Amino acid sequence: MPHILHSLPYFVAAWLFFCGLYGLVTSRHLVHSVICLAILQSSTYVLLLAIGYRVGGAAPIFADIAPGVLTVDPVVQALMLTDVVVEAVVVALLLAMVVKAYEKSGCVSPSELRTMRG
Amino acid sequence: MTDRLRLAIFLVAGPVFMGLYCYAAMNLPPWGQYRGPYGDMIAKLAVYERHATDTVNAINYDYRGFDTLGEEFILFTAVIGVMMLLRREKDVPTSPAGKVADRPPLSESVRAVISPALLITTIFGFYIGLHGQLTPGGGFQAGVILASAAILVYLAANTEAFKRTTSHVAVEVVEAIGAASYALIGIVPLLIGLPLLTNILPLGVTGDVLSAGNIALISACVGVEVTAAFLLVAYTYLEEIVTGEIPEE
Repeated sequence: MPHILHSLPYFVAAWLFFCGLYGLVTSRHLVHSVICLAILQSSTYVLLLAIGYRVGGAAPIFADIAPGVLTVDPVVQALMLTDVVVEAVVVALLLAMVVKAYEKSGCVSPSELRTMRG
Repeated sequence: MTDRLRLAIFLVAGPVFMGLYCYAAMNLPPWGQYRGPYGDMIAKLAVYERHATDTVNAINYDYRGFDTLGEEFILFTAVIGVMMLLRREKDVPTSPAGKVADRPPLSESVRAVISPALLITTIFGFYIGLHGQLTPGGGFQAGVILASAAILVYLAANTEAFKRTTSHVAVEVVEAIGAASYALIGIVPLLIGLPLLTNILPLGVTGDVLSAGNIALISACVGVEVTAAFLLVAYTYLEEIVTGEIPEE
């Protein structure tokens, strides 16, 4: 059934998203939650790159190929490029929050955090 | 909400969402059959209009420069958030030089390997950053590579050496300068009546290091900012590890 195969990368993205979301829902540890969020976000990379891909397309770098050669979509690659770096720092921010939550409340389980004061 | 209830909601809503998503995905253009005109248009025009052979960076720092400006300030804000959260409050006593003792330096052989690695990483970072308009690379990648060079110093010696080589105040100032210069480069065209972030510098010869006008300059500014951002994050975390309060179990 070629139709399924034609959409395979989109399903891979969905699978990653689902894994991340399941991890978030069942998380017992805040660090685990942060990593799950990073996995969930990485599904968007797969989806974007899959949309921009073209069979036989060259990389959109014209340093060594003639202008006019068909390439994959550079727009989605530009979107991802900035996001990968920003995501790393956002994960650092979330982990800093985890450190503070542990210092204030002494627990790292998301379901116990509601007892936290101040 | 109990864990069981949350899982139940997920097991109902998740498959519904997945079903709709898969239905939508089946009706997307088949994988590998990219149709949109926008990417092709830019791929064709970037070399002629901006003299930049790396169209990805031409989009990042020129055609969609405004978006990247926003992304850069997300980075800036996130780093400020990390520093604010992990700052040492004056009234909270910190453990003197840490309950987690700063490690002694690693073995001589590791340090011998790290010295050349440091040199290569630094040169590679500058190469990637300065050739962003020509080949894959640019400010974001260069910043991460250059920041990892400073982490190598920490690996080779210890936190004290890391602090000595990366002055905290200087890195903070450099980060602010990196973030502000991007915005300033964007505002300058406004002063002469052109739209924000217009590429006003001479475009140069396609393929030269000093070509593509604003793209190379903005890429360098972003490189400075990202380097400083990652250094600050590493610095803050190392400080936290060494002097952090560890609640009694």
